[in-house]
Amino acid sequence: MTTMAADAGAQDTTAHEADFDAAVAADERIEPRDWMPDAYRATLVRQIAQHAHSEIIGMQPEANWITRAPSLRRKAILMAKVQDEAGHGLYLYSAAETLGTGRDELLDKLHSGRQKYSSIFNYPTLTWADVGAIGWLVDGAAITNQVPLCRCSYGPYARAMVRICKEESFHQRQGYELLLALSRGTEAQHAMAQDAVDRWWWPSLMMFGPPDAESAHSAQSMAWKIKRHSNDELRQRFVDICVPQAASLGLTLPDPGLRWNEERGRHDFGAIDWTEFQEVLRGNGPCNDQRIGQRRRAHEEGAWVREAAAAYAAKHGKATA
Amino acid sequence: MNGASVTVGEAPLATAALALGDDALVLSHRLGEWAGHAPVLEEEVALANIALDLLGQARTLLSLAGDEDELAYLREERSFRNAQLVEQPNGDFARTIARQLFFSVHQHLLYGQLAAGDGPFAPLAGKAVKEVAYHRDHAEQWTLRLGDGTEESHARMQSALDGLWRYTGELFEPVEGLAVDRAALREGWLAAVTEVVERATLRMPDGPQTGAWTAGAGRQGIHTESFGRMLAEMQHLHRSHPGASW
Repeated sequence: MTTMAADAGAQDTTAHEADFDAAVAADERIEPRDWMPDAYRATLVRQIAQHAHSEIIGMQPEANWITRAPSLRRKAILMAKVQDEAGHGLYLYSAAETLGTGRDELLDKLHSGRQKYSSIFNYPTLTWADVGAIGWLVDGAAITNQVPLCRCSYGPYARAMVRICKEESFHQRQGYELLLALSRGTEAQHAMAQDAVDRWWWPSLMMFGPPDAESAHSAQSMAWKIKRHSNDELRQRFVDICVPQAASLGLTLPDPGLRWNEERGRHDFGAIDWTEFQEVLRGNGPCNDQRIGQRRRAHEEGAWVREAAAAYAAKHGKATA
Repeated sequence: MNGASVTVGEAPLATAALALGDDALVLSHRLGEWAGHAPVLEEEVALANIALDLLGQARTLLSLAGDEDELAYLREERSFRNAQLVEQPNGDFARTIARQLFFSVHQHLLYGQLAAGDGPFAPLAGKAVKEVAYHRDHAEQWTLRLGDGTEESHARMQSALDGLWRYTGELFEPVEGLAVDRAALREGWLAAVTEVVERATLRMPDGPQTGAWTAGAGRQGIHTESFGRMLAEMQHLHRSHPGASW
């Protein structure tokens, strides 16, 4: 590049950057063909990929119960839910693709551990009630995180989130309803529900990420309007929503420090064990190896199927593929 | 022998509803085992979708014969009336597709006949035949891709067709209470399967379609080894909490 061209390029970038900043400030959507800072693109790819990976890894703990669902109605609901998660994975990988990063590349990064998925899915589903606890708490936390993303500055991501949030809200309700049936059922069923809530409550609170002061990506993402609220604010909202719901369920939350704070008009709650969070993140959760192992295995064992489809498409032209 | 608390209708209608309902229930369960293991994300969606359609059909059909959950969860293996084909383990993706091709082509033609008639299954079949058309198309499209894909996929698909062939004859055995033209069903099935198999550059299996201990017994309650284990997994939780509601 000559000096003149470089200058022109720099001026272009400055002009583009001003347009981009103005669009974000005016709450307009950034679309795939619009200019965007490299770091904005990279942040979105990282976040959307992590979200997509979470959807497909998140299928595993629930699929664990499809073959054991205790009634045909519950089995149908659970299969539909796990299918929705695969569908969410598809929308999200497509949203990432609009930023120039294909699904294959992202899956490679997931399989090699260079990209993460939500740590919550490294916990095991030990009983049927865990399916309910995941719906109520894990999907509930996900919705609290994701509803603001429907107003995210990047158009394709925001639009994908509108649809995903509608389905997540169904997932959350089925989890609550499943737990309610157990809580009001036999003594053994009630105990199963309480045990599941005891195990899933704290990991769900960790889903909002580290405290604001320690969150690596928060400030810039808020400035870009990718993120709209801080981790701690979303976590507080979630606690405030869950406390009355737990009471309606007839279940308790495993936190002796949980109480209404009249002055703040919100619930106080106990300290989160961030050591556990860091350990699970580092790969030392109960199911890290199992989850990523199953994902890799499905991918590797499916390679010949994908190769066959590609070979067939090459022989017969894309139109019939 | 039935579980003590299970009431199963004995009229021809109930017999036929159980045969069709158990086919759908068992195949749906097998397809559900794929969740989280499919070769590509699109197939996670597709296989779950087929499983859900079949489960919906099973629930309607079993309800014609009794209580759907009692029938699904409290019957012993010998009381299940599904064809042995649908209980066969998933195997690799080719085996799942071969099983689906054989079954969906049959179900499509069968439900087409039932929908055109005025028998008790006409309303269900009329609705289900549209779903089954998609299942059939999905299986045919994959048969073509695997058969006419790579050398490996071709070999796997051929082996799957050959391995499951002996379970196909049972699909054409008469079922009490099911008024259909069996000859037309068999003829139409053979023509359709031959057409797609040949187009996929594969060859039709040449072994027998039935055998003394292979196909032909599922409708009478004789199943294959893996079926007991499948039921043990499916029924365990329900049976562990007698009388509980879920």
